[in-house]
Amino acid sequence: MKWRTIDTKKGTRCRVLEGGSGAPLVYFHGAGGLLKDNPFLDALAQRHSVFAPEWPGYGDSTGDELLEDMLDFALHGWDLVDALGLSRPHLVGHSMGGMIAAEMACLAPRDLGKLALAAPAGLWMDEHPIPDIFAMLPFQIADVLFADPQQGQALLTGGADLSEIEALKDFYIATQRRLSMAGKILFPIPNRRLSKRLYRLKAETLLVWGAQDRLIIPAYATQWQSLIPTARVEMIDGAGHMLPYEQPAAFVAAVQKFLA
Amino acid sequence: MKFTWFNLMPWPYLPDDFREKHRSVWVDIPNTLYDPRKGHHVYHTYLDQLEYAETLGFDGIGCNEHHQNGYGLMPSPNLIAATLSRRTSRSALCVIGNSIAGYNPPIRVAEEFAMLDVISGGRLVAGFPVGTPMDTNFCYGQIPALTRDKYKEAHDMIMKAWAEDEPFAFDGKYNQLRHVNCWPKPIQKPHPPIYIPGGGSIETWDFCLDYDYNYSYLSFFGYLRGKSLLDGYWERVAKRGKDESPYRAAFAQIICVADTDAEAETLYAEHCLYFFNRCLHVFPPFADPPGYRTQATVKYGALSQLTANRQKILENLTWKQLVDERFVIAGSPETVRQQLEECIKNLRIGHLFCLMHNGDMPDWKTRHSTKLFAEKVMPHLRDLWPEWKHDERWWIHPMDERIRPEERRPGAEKSREGWPA
Repeated sequence: MKWRTIDTKKGTRCRVLEGGSGAPLVYFHGAGGLLKDNPFLDALAQRHSVFAPEWPGYGDSTGDELLEDMLDFALHGWDLVDALGLSRPHLVGHSMGGMIAAEMACLAPRDLGKLALAAPAGLWMDEHPIPDIFAMLPFQIADVLFADPQQGQALLTGGADLSEIEALKDFYIATQRRLSMAGKILFPIPNRRLSKRLYRLKAETLLVWGAQDRLIIPAYATQWQSLIPTARVEMIDGAGHMLPYEQPAAFVAAVQKFLA
Repeated sequence: MKFTWFNLMPWPYLPDDFREKHRSVWVDIPNTLYDPRKGHHVYHTYLDQLEYAETLGFDGIGCNEHHQNGYGLMPSPNLIAATLSRRTSRSALCVIGNSIAGYNPPIRVAEEFAMLDVISGGRLVAGFPVGTPMDTNFCYGQIPALTRDKYKEAHDMIMKAWAEDEPFAFDGKYNQLRHVNCWPKPIQKPHPPIYIPGGGSIETWDFCLDYDYNYSYLSFFGYLRGKSLLDGYWERVAKRGKDESPYRAAFAQIICVADTDAEAETLYAEHCLYFFNRCLHVFPPFADPPGYRTQATVKYGALSQLTANRQKILENLTWKQLVDERFVIAGSPETVRQQLEECIKNLRIGHLFCLMHNGDMPDWKTRHSTKLFAEKVMPHLRDLWPEWKHDERWWIHPMDERIRPEERRPGAEKSREGWPA
């Protein structure tokens, strides 16, 4: 997989991790961004042309001030597809990226292949309030994101030791920048009324969920399914909210089976 | 110098083990710790103290806005100022202020501030804070990364509503009103003095200088730590070619006066420690949601304000440390006078917000300290800026023939006159 930089018509400049061959697949990362290592993308690239853009405000991508609300975010997703010159790509989105991919598919239901959503954000159930990721100490984040928080912590920080003040500072500043952007569609409650628009979906849809997801718990999978009656649900054991990272093999297998 | 007596209005019944049992005094503090019947007495005690400050000659009396917390019981500072407006007639009413990004629509602030200015006869000082992140983001749900943009828009709407004499349409990003027409309008023209309270955002300096507003640095960590920030502000003032009137800047300082230095510790130490240990016990993420501070500010301050550090400072505080590091200026009138002179001159401020009720300080101690300050400290600090003596740009301009509570005799006059011409 290799990085390249593309410019969208609106004026953002985004870094895209790309590789592989086959039908095009665009992967949208979650609020935490792409991590240092993303082995599940390499695995997906064995059967598809994979494009994983970094959202403005993440990594080296710029133009975050141009995106302010849900419509901006969803249209930016299509702007990326245009800038990459893709036709009817499959859309795969994780968490916030799933929320964006679903919104894109509601806006332009004929412009995509299939839709795979991994523990997507975007719905809210009063009886299952989603923990507030904007009000957590750095060392608390892994607890809600991973089935195995200890291993997850190492994945999040790329192995850096957060008890070291410099490492903590770097982690803190980078996290602040990313979540500042994510907050535009997730704060204070990650619900921008997507549920009103899901009836528009035409694409075949997969919902893939970590059985041990403590952030957006599996009850939300049921809620999504009730709104998209044709959607398939796959539960992955041993995975929390960060299922693409925590159980990459099972995650990739579920997505590939669905796309085949 | 202008002196404003400020009451944060903390809840004085936080339990001794508050820090250990609860993660935050703000946002998600259990409501069971509040008792409305006790609250009745607390409000009246605090309001009486503000009125008392006027009788002692303070130039202003001050209040501010905070939500869902035991640190300050004023979700609506305008209600506090409204009660004061009828019971006072000389002091400025300093509402520092309304967190305008959270008002929907913000015209409400233009209206209520105008009401206060009219009722008080032109004594309102109008503060427009962005609001703490606890208040604006976590309690009032504003998106952190868009808060400053929304704040700026609210400001533009309010100022235009005060300036315009004809109804106008306001097509904002966050607020659209087809007919903006502020009734009533403030007495003070073109508008009441505007104060912008800042914590440490460098963008705020330019905002104040763009419009010639007062910059109020509200810190609880004293003038030694406040110096670098105000130095940055004054550098910016010079760079922008503005005059260096000290009245451009205000600073908040905790002050405790006793007959002797030793008596100050005996009387006030426990209450100041209550304030630092309990009232400032904020869960760190509530104080710094991603996007509230701009990248520029995060970089400027490095991470000196990283709240984890601040929490550490607070954990093992002693009275000696509070006094040595000037978080608190405390002691005999002479000690307090000396230290305040240093504070005022070093920071180059024309306005001092005197925090004289602290934590769970009982009424009699608050009054004792306040009276000593007014009689034995304030007079000696009045003329520290002789060359700017006549600079009234950042102070109130009340109407002369205003109604005073002591002269009010409702219904007493049986004459059949109409409204004054």
